[in-house]
Amino acid sequence: MVEPAPLRFHVPEPAVRPGDAPDFSSVPIPEAGSIRRPPIDADPETIRDLAYAIIRVLDRDGQAVGPWAGTASDAELAEGLKHMMTLRAFDARMQMAQRQGKTSFYMQHMGEEAVSCAFRRALAPGDMNFPTYRQAGLLIAGGYPMVEMMNQIFSNEHDPLKGRQLPVMYSSKQHGFFSISGNLTTQFVQAVGWAMASAIKQDTKIAVGWVGDGATAESDFHAALVFASTYRAPVVLNIVNNQWAISTFQGIARGGSGTFAARGLGFGIPALRVDGNDYLAVHAVAKWATERARANFGPTLIEYVTYRVGAHSSSDDPSAYRPKTESETWPLGDPVIRLKNHLIARGLWSEERHKQAEAEVLDSVITAQKEAERHGTLHAGGKPSAREMFEGVYEQMPPHLRRQRQQAGV
Amino acid sequence: MIEAIRGAMDVCMERDDNVVVFGEDVGYFGGVFRCTLGLQRKYGKSRCFDTPISELGIVGAAVGMAAYGLRPCVEIQFADYVYPAYDQIVSEAARLRYRSNGQFTCPMVVRMPTGGGIFGGQTHSQSPEALFTHVAGLKVVVPSNPNDAKGLLIAAIEDPDPVIFLEPKRLYNGPFDGHHDRPVTPWAKHELSETPVGHYVTPLGKAAIRRAGAALTILAYGTMVHVAEAAVEETGIDAEILDLRTLIPLDLDAIVGSVKKTGRCVIVHEATLTSGFGAELAALVQEHCFFHLEAPVARVTGWDTPYPHAQEWDYFPGPARLGRALRETLEA
Repeated sequence: MVEPAPLRFHVPEPAVRPGDAPDFSSVPIPEAGSIRRPPIDADPETIRDLAYAIIRVLDRDGQAVGPWAGTASDAELAEGLKHMMTLRAFDARMQMAQRQGKTSFYMQHMGEEAVSCAFRRALAPGDMNFPTYRQAGLLIAGGYPMVEMMNQIFSNEHDPLKGRQLPVMYSSKQHGFFSISGNLTTQFVQAVGWAMASAIKQDTKIAVGWVGDGATAESDFHAALVFASTYRAPVVLNIVNNQWAISTFQGIARGGSGTFAARGLGFGIPALRVDGNDYLAVHAVAKWATERARANFGPTLIEYVTYRVGAHSSSDDPSAYRPKTESETWPLGDPVIRLKNHLIARGLWSEERHKQAEAEVLDSVITAQKEAERHGTLHAGGKPSAREMFEGVYEQMPPHLRRQRQQAGV
Repeated sequence: MIEAIRGAMDVCMERDDNVVVFGEDVGYFGGVFRCTLGLQRKYGKSRCFDTPISELGIVGAAVGMAAYGLRPCVEIQFADYVYPAYDQIVSEAARLRYRSNGQFTCPMVVRMPTGGGIFGGQTHSQSPEALFTHVAGLKVVVPSNPNDAKGLLIAAIEDPDPVIFLEPKRLYNGPFDGHHDRPVTPWAKHELSETPVGHYVTPLGKAAIRRAGAALTILAYGTMVHVAEAAVEETGIDAEILDLRTLIPLDLDAIVGSVKKTGRCVIVHEATLTSGFGAELAALVQEHCFFHLEAPVARVTGWDTPYPHAQEWDYFPGPARLGRALRETLEA
């Protein structure tokens, strides 16, 4: 009788840890322009390879190449650059404001600006995003006033959410931005439900769900894909793979699967994988998926390959779990610099204009911040009344809450 | 009571195109308890449909639909299966209005059969109402008869906020007073089996006095209302029976009015004792009626064990156990 070998328990590990040299050699990067662009009514069975590719438009010389190029006009690209620069400047100022104690908490987008800024430009009025906390580009690129965002971050007397929500958990129905929960992945399946409702009402609007790489492990992700597949919901399901879920590398959530996009294949949902630091590529796949949804061909799952350059939040220090210089060696570069170089290569932009734009953007952020701070910050100036705490739990305040409000003396 | 529940959904679907009904086995077949029978045929597959076996998905999709502007009325096949959807109910449905300052709301009903008495064991018998009454932003309803069930369900579907609607499954086919060894009585003979045709509303937050009395007050809801009636008849105690009907919002005025009058209070529910809704009721009675109380507030409930199978009638708080508590409270 042969003795069975002892079983081995497997826990995935990232290639490198603090102190090691960064190493992305295991991340294959296809040439820009090398991935085909199928028609929007493609049978998911015929495009399974796209779940393992990386759709890229901008090449190393800053040229837009291949079948996915050309979805955004010159003016749109210049505007896109400004949106990303604004988001970056906004983040820097708010990160500082958090350090200064003007708010309790902040989450920045450094390195991921292209994903939400470019995607937003593919949507139509009335479409609804179900975002996570790292898609404020949807608001910036959607024309939501920065001062409103800051009022929310400062929980001041003009906070549109009356001081009830953690900073950056924005909500604007008018701007197609669903109230951020803060619980992970819960809203992925809600996006599918919203899209089902739009189809039930024979409307023309579509929904967009957002999730990070780590949070795809939640059951809600699975439920969302089942419902989207079963009811062929007009929804785009976005996975932002920024490599890190706080301190946990993406391999813990991904397990043995080759890519996050490949999760869609078993559900018969077309799955695309795209360079998330390439504004043009993000815009192109967003156009493809939104047109597909609007034309009744159903859902699309998209994985944006990007890198979280900053900390997870103002409460996190990444040097404890990854090499400090890792972000500098990220092979897909920086989204702002790449779009800037593209515009310069095409003679539409210059270093001087970029510097000037940086100054203008910073000025607009500072102006907004000054206005927001006039209405208060977390511990100073105007704040929502304690009475607001009891409002809006229900449409009509029930007797027990009226009694408690009275007890609180507010 | 099944017809009353179905009637409520039928009335609401007829009056409002935004009312949609879905869940496991709910569409073509009409639900395992037949509460949605015929609705798909009458209103079409886009208004009443089957779902994958995913309570999380059912409630999560319903939250998105409600945010869009529909009024989903979804079925969880048994209350025992609601836990995968708990995060969607607690963190999402219940808080959406609050956290978005009213930009998004969640007018949604989650129906589920609750309670025991059918030899369903631990996975078809639980009474999880306290898990929902503890959550700010939810309303919680437990009807005890067909007349209320229809009016309360219509009120729940028309309510602007999320409502957990717990249907005592042992009452589906008749009033049940806990005497499991006696023949089943159909609803037809019961005075509250009559449901008016068409639309009517039984308002949320209003209790009903099922029996007026002077000796003590019994606070009950769902199946326990009928158990209380049997216990009162068998002990001959002149108790006042209050059917709470909705737990949130709670009709505190009715409770306080009755207990101040009788000076004694017995609370009865099927759910487990510790941290059960009876604890909240006992605390409220103590706070508001302390100087009128002539005896400690008593609780008669399921034991703090998982719901057993073979021992169901030792677990279930029937009229004998309630009757003993009534006598003790009266003699205290």
